[in-house]
Amino acid sequence: MRIALMATCLADVMAPDVARSTVELLERLGHEVVFDKRQTCCGQMHTNTGYFREAAPVVRQFVDVFEPQLEDVDAVVMPSGSCAGAVRDQHALVARRARDADLEERAGRVSAKTYELSELLVDVLKVTDVGAYFPHTVTYHPTCHSMRFLKVGPRPLRLLRAVEGITVVNLPESDTCCGFGGTFSVKNAETSNAMVTDKANNVVKSGADFVVAGDASCLMNIGGKLARQGQRPRPIHLAQILNSTKENPFVPSSTLLGRAS
Amino acid sequence: MTTVNLGMPRVRPPYASASSALMGADGFRDAAKGELQDDQLRANLAHAAGGIRTKRAKAVRELRDFQQLRSAGSALKWHVTDHLPELLEQFEEAFTAAGGTVHWARDADEANRIVTSLVRDAGSEKVLKVKSMATQEIRLNEALADAGITAVETDLAELIVQLAGDTPSHIVVPAIHRNRRQIQQLFRDHLPGAPADLGDDPQELTAAARRFLREQFLQMDTAICGANFAVAETGTLSIVESEGNGRMCLTLPSTLIAVMGIEKLIPTFQDLEVFLQLLPRSSTGERMNPYTTMFTGTQAADGPENLHIVLLDNGRSAVLSDPHGRSALHCIRCSACLNACPVYERAGGHAYGSTYPGPIGAILSPQMTGMEGEDNPNATLPYASSLCGACYDVCPVKINIPEILVHLRSRDVDERAEAGAKRNQWDAAMAGASKLMSSPGTYDAVVRASALIGRAKPRGNFSNLPLPMIGDWTQFRDLPVPRESFRSWYTKREKARRSADASNKEQK
Repeated sequence: MRIALMATCLADVMAPDVARSTVELLERLGHEVVFDKRQTCCGQMHTNTGYFREAAPVVRQFVDVFEPQLEDVDAVVMPSGSCAGAVRDQHALVARRARDADLEERAGRVSAKTYELSELLVDVLKVTDVGAYFPHTVTYHPTCHSMRFLKVGPRPLRLLRAVEGITVVNLPESDTCCGFGGTFSVKNAETSNAMVTDKANNVVKSGADFVVAGDASCLMNIGGKLARQGQRPRPIHLAQILNSTKENPFVPSSTLLGRAS
Repeated sequence: MTTVNLGMPRVRPPYASASSALMGADGFRDAAKGELQDDQLRANLAHAAGGIRTKRAKAVRELRDFQQLRSAGSALKWHVTDHLPELLEQFEEAFTAAGGTVHWARDADEANRIVTSLVRDAGSEKVLKVKSMATQEIRLNEALADAGITAVETDLAELIVQLAGDTPSHIVVPAIHRNRRQIQQLFRDHLPGAPADLGDDPQELTAAARRFLREQFLQMDTAICGANFAVAETGTLSIVESEGNGRMCLTLPSTLIAVMGIEKLIPTFQDLEVFLQLLPRSSTGERMNPYTTMFTGTQAADGPENLHIVLLDNGRSAVLSDPHGRSALHCIRCSACLNACPVYERAGGHAYGSTYPGPIGAILSPQMTGMEGEDNPNATLPYASSLCGACYDVCPVKINIPEILVHLRSRDVDERAEAGAKRNQWDAAMAGASKLMSSPGTYDAVVRASALIGRAKPRGNFSNLPLPMIGDWTQFRDLPVPRESFRSWYTKREKARRSADASNKEQK
């Protein structure tokens, strides 16, 4: 298949290895991945902070980049439940509020072909064993938007359990939000901190070496807290685990979500 | 005959009285700061909310058709929203025909005046209270006290709150922020007739309150209640409770005054079948609450002879006028969203500054009071959520709370802009980011240049950066340092591949 990658603005700058792993994983599975460098952001930050007017040009940019590609690609993939959720649940809303019927219609067409990574793998590419190797103990945090808005359900865990050498342990209170919430983490920093403190403590309690999730943003939050506390568990994105093989195993770098070069 | 809906108010009706208990002194962030440092409060809340969450999940799992019940509840409430004026008139007619008197109150001040004069007409100086959110909202107890009338709360938790001179922090469990040792001390100090050696066993505490309350029930001849449901078709009021104090108040006194928000109507008696299944399971995790009272009008020699209802607007029509926010009026006050909310569990109910805390409060209070004006505390409430969606998942009438939160944020941003408010750092940051993210060429260059930051800090993460916004993040957690962006890596790889292809061709 030919798949267009929406790297997401956050991963592009702050967690590049997440997008890179997505590319390498899909290529290893025999697919072609294209990346259009005119892409910017899904507009979620603007929408969720209430800046609908400012979100509209960002959504338009997203649609302008991906809609023309729909003829040449089978799917658009985003390594983020949150950003894929924004495309699916919010782009039409932003277009409607901007009274742009044409944008709404085009956004709907892009959204129908846009998938979060675990959805793409399990539902579209029909694969759960991607031939990965990751001989470590991990615990899975189901991010809120992937769990409650996209409803990815057990897909990420099915992918993880098929990884050779992996041990998946239970995360206490796994379905509680990590406290990121985009600009919430800044606008209500103290409450957000109380939430991520509890999440980090639960990760430590799980006994895992890695906390895995499908969103770089939540991982940046949880991992940032673990790093501040000097705790051992590291954040890792689902794409990074699935991209780890016996030949090219994942070795963490000093960067939060990075791998050793 | 088909009824055609003629639409909703377009011009926003008045907001709630300024005297209402719908707004705190500080915005959410400041109000939460103190509460977050109270470890006892957090422990009490985590224990209590966690317990109710587990019970609710179990009670809901028992019903195979729970999701269909939610849909039915939602559809019924939408019907009420769409036909509120007609249903209210139908209710007034039925309630009056059954022997009751209907009073209309535009706002809290008017409602308080009506209730005070009704209590005076009954000749009472002390009145019994059944737990009621509407009377908390209008600060009825304070208004009665100003008129020299003492109101005694008869719900155990409301009594605890009243004795402590405190405000409720939860809709169903008003004293959730206090544990039994705190209540033991409070009763020893303030509950008339409590023994000096009162223990902290819940049964012992309840028995002490019970002795006090029994005396009150037998002394007083006027009671004030709220209502969980009012049936438009029959004029029936329904009150759902756990302790039986409500039943006492609804049957013993000769004068009964109900105060009810206009959105509490349901169309027909049969619709109770949906809500009486949804409410207890969502609220306390019980299949059925211990006491469900339904009464229609007055009966000779049975129950109150004088029955009044005050139908309260107090900003509800203003909520109705917002097409994107009006479903907040569908709330049946079950508290499932509070118990599910990670923000509520940590910050506590008082941080919301309103009678209605938690996720539902964050969408209801700002719509009832408005968010206009500089530093309006309620303008901070829509932001008091990480938008995790746990509230929407459990809401028995499917109020899409996260969507309304986001809508109210946009209303706040738009109202500030329309009022010509000074641009704050968020306005500037969002406008700048919007411009950058819709200029692909510039954006591409900026993302690639972000690697320069990494050169200044070759190893590790950022912590404690003295910058606006980012400082709020790094105060509590580390931040990764941008190094080589994804797109820079991708371009490098493309180039390498192209030159490899070219040299392959040359070799051939």
